[in-house]
Amino acid sequence: MSDFEPGDQASIASVTDRVRPVAIGAAVTAIHFLGDRAAFVGAEESVALVDAEGGISRVTVHGGGILCTASDGVRIVMGGDDGKLAELNGKGEVAVLATDPKRRWIDNVALHPDGAVAWSAGKTAFVRSGKGEDKTFDMPSTVGGLAFAPKGLRVAVAHYNGVTLWFPNMAASPEFLEWAGSHLGVVFSPDNKFLVTTMHEPALHGWRLADNRHMRMSGYPGRVKSMSWSAGGKSLATSGADAVIVWPFASKDGPMGKEPTMLAPLQARVAVVACHPKQDILAAGYSDGTILMVRLEDGAEILVRRNGTAEVAALAWNAKGTLLAFAAEDGEAGLLPL
Amino acid sequence: MPSPTLQKIPVTVLTGYLGAGKTTLLNRILSENHGKKYAVIVNEFGEIGIDNDLIIGADEEVFEMNNGCVCCTVRGDLVRILDGLMKRKGKFDAIIVETTGLADPAPVAQTFFVDEDVQKNARLDAVVTVADAKWLSDRLKDAPEAKNQIAFADVIVLNKTDLVSKAELTEVEARIRGINPYAKLHRTERCKVKLSDVLERGAFDLDRILDIEPDFLEAGSDHEHHDHDHHHGHDGHDHGHGGLKHYHDEEMQSLALRTDKPLDPTKFMPWLQNLVASEGQKILRSKGILAFSDDDDRYVFQGVHMMLEGDHQRKWKEGEPRESRLVFIGRELPEQIIRDGFESCITS
Repeated sequence: MSDFEPGDQASIASVTDRVRPVAIGAAVTAIHFLGDRAAFVGAEESVALVDAEGGISRVTVHGGGILCTASDGVRIVMGGDDGKLAELNGKGEVAVLATDPKRRWIDNVALHPDGAVAWSAGKTAFVRSGKGEDKTFDMPSTVGGLAFAPKGLRVAVAHYNGVTLWFPNMAASPEFLEWAGSHLGVVFSPDNKFLVTTMHEPALHGWRLADNRHMRMSGYPGRVKSMSWSAGGKSLATSGADAVIVWPFASKDGPMGKEPTMLAPLQARVAVVACHPKQDILAAGYSDGTILMVRLEDGAEILVRRNGTAEVAALAWNAKGTLLAFAAEDGEAGLLPL
Repeated sequence: MPSPTLQKIPVTVLTGYLGAGKTTLLNRILSENHGKKYAVIVNEFGEIGIDNDLIIGADEEVFEMNNGCVCCTVRGDLVRILDGLMKRKGKFDAIIVETTGLADPAPVAQTFFVDEDVQKNARLDAVVTVADAKWLSDRLKDAPEAKNQIAFADVIVLNKTDLVSKAELTEVEARIRGINPYAKLHRTERCKVKLSDVLERGAFDLDRILDIEPDFLEAGSDHEHHDHDHHHGHDGHDHGHGGLKHYHDEEMQSLALRTDKPLDPTKFMPWLQNLVASEGQKILRSKGILAFSDDDDRYVFQGVHMMLEGDHQRKWKEGEPRESRLVFIGRELPEQIIRDGFESCITS
C-alpha cells in the first residue's frame, strides 16, 4: 500500500499534527458528543467517554453487542443484542429504558428534541413520548430504520417496500410511502420537506412530502451507510462511492433532475460523512483510514488523518463545531480541536 | 497459509422438512464437547434446550433484489443479523442458520453471493439437509419444498433410519440419488453424525472444488455403515438392474457433462452466462472444473440459480487428465439444449 500522495503534496493543507490520538482499544461503531466529552460507542458492551484533554472513562451499558445509537447532545440512547434499550447521560450515568421480554435485538433507535424516543425490535416499532407514554406499532416487515420528523410527533419507519409515517398520538391511520425494495436507513430533511432512505441496493430513495413525488438517487458502487445534512439542510452528503456524493436540496424540487456534486475523490471508498454543524464543511472518512475535511463550496481539502489503517468507523462534531472526533474500526481514534 | 476466504466466518445452512430432525441435529452440534462456539440463527425460539446468548431469532424475510431478476432473492433479515453479529466477532467460531421446514434454501445462499457486507465477513460453508427416512419418499411426492431442499444440499443427513426396514431405506436413498447424486449422504439415528461431516465442509469454496463425482462412487470411507446398497447405480442408468432400484425424478434432475477435449473460453463463458440468465430459475446449483484451450490453469466455477462465481484454481498437474466436468441440478432441465450448447464450446 502506498501512502497518501496527492499529485502535488504542497497543495493540500494538513492538520494531522494537531490531532490528539485516543486509544479506545476496541471496535467503535458511533461517536456522539455529550457536552465537550466525546462518547465513543463500542461495538460491544461499553462506551468510552473522552474529555478534551484525552482522559478516558469507560462505562458499561450493554451485556453484548451495541446495535444502534442516537443522541440529542444531552444523552445517548442505545439498543443492544441483549434486548435492552439503555440511556447514558453526560455524567456517565446509565439507565435501562426498556427490556424486550423475548430478548429480541433492539435494532434501531431515534430521539426527538422534546424527549420522545423511538425504537424497534424485529417488526415492532415503539415510541415513548416525552411524558412517558408507550405506543407500539407492528410493521409488515422488519424495521430497517427510524427517524422523527423535525416538527410534531411523527415517526418515519423504513421497511421492505417503503416507509410508514406513523403519528403515535393521533387516531389517523399511518401514511404509507411505497417504493419496491428494502429500505434500511431513513432521514427527514431539517426543513421537513423531504424524506430520504438508504436502500439495500446501492441507491437512495426520496420523497417530497408535499406531494409524495419520488426521487431516485442512484449510481453508487456500494451501499450507502452514512448520510449527513449540511448546516441549514441545503444539501445531503453521503458515503458509498470513491468520492463524497452531495445531493442538492436547496430548491423546492430537491435533487429532482439534478446531478450530485462529487467531492474529495480518492482511491478508496467513503465510509462515513459528518457535516459541520455551523459551516459548509464536512468531514469524510474512507475505507483506507484517510480522513479529510472538505469545503462544500469548492471542494478544497484538508488532510486530518493519513491512510494505511483500518476503515474509518465513525466521525462526529461537537455542537459548537470546535472539535472533530473520529475512530477507525480497530479502535484507533483521535480528537481534532479547531 | 490459510486463504483469505477461510478467515471469514463459516456459515452452515441447516434445512429439512418439518419434523425431520433439524432441532435434534442443532442441539447435538451445540451440546457436543468440541471447544467451538456457534452463533445460531433460528426461526423459532425456545426449541433449543441449550443456554446460549448467541441464539438469534430470525423472521425469514425473503426480499427481491431491485435488479430486474425475479429469482434474485435474498434473506433481508440475514443481512441485518450478520451485520449485528459481526460486532461480536471473536466471540464465536462459526454461524449456523436454521431455516423453517418450508423454506427454499436459495435466498439464503444467494445472500452470500450478492451482499457486499455479508461477503466481506462471512462465507457460506455448506447447505446441510436433514431428511426423514420414513416420510421423505412421501414428501418428495407432495411437498415441492422437500424436493428443493434435497436438490440444493451439499450434505444430506438421512435420519430416523431405525424406523424403516432395509428395503425402505434403499428405496428412499434411491429417490434422493435420483434428484441429487452429488451430496454427501449420511445415515443416522437421532441425527447421530460426526460433526466434521456436517460442519466446515467448504462446499462453496472454489479452492476446494476438487472433484465432481456422484457420492456413491466414492462412498465407503465416508460412511459409518458399509453395505452393498451404496453401490447401486454403478451400472449406469439401467433401471432396476440387478434388483437395485434407480429412480429418475420426473421433475428434479441432475445433469453431468464431460469432455476430455479443451473448451474454447471465448465460446464457453458466454454460453454459460446465457444459460444461467435464461434457465437460471430452473437451475438450482451448478459446478464445474474446466480445461480451457491454451490455458495451463484449472478453472473452477459454481453457481446458485443465476449467480455464478468462478476463478482460476491452480495449474493442471503433470499427468493429470485435462478433463472438463460440469454438473447442473435443477427442475425440468432442458437436457438436450444444454448438451448441444456444451458440445459447441468444445474446440475441434
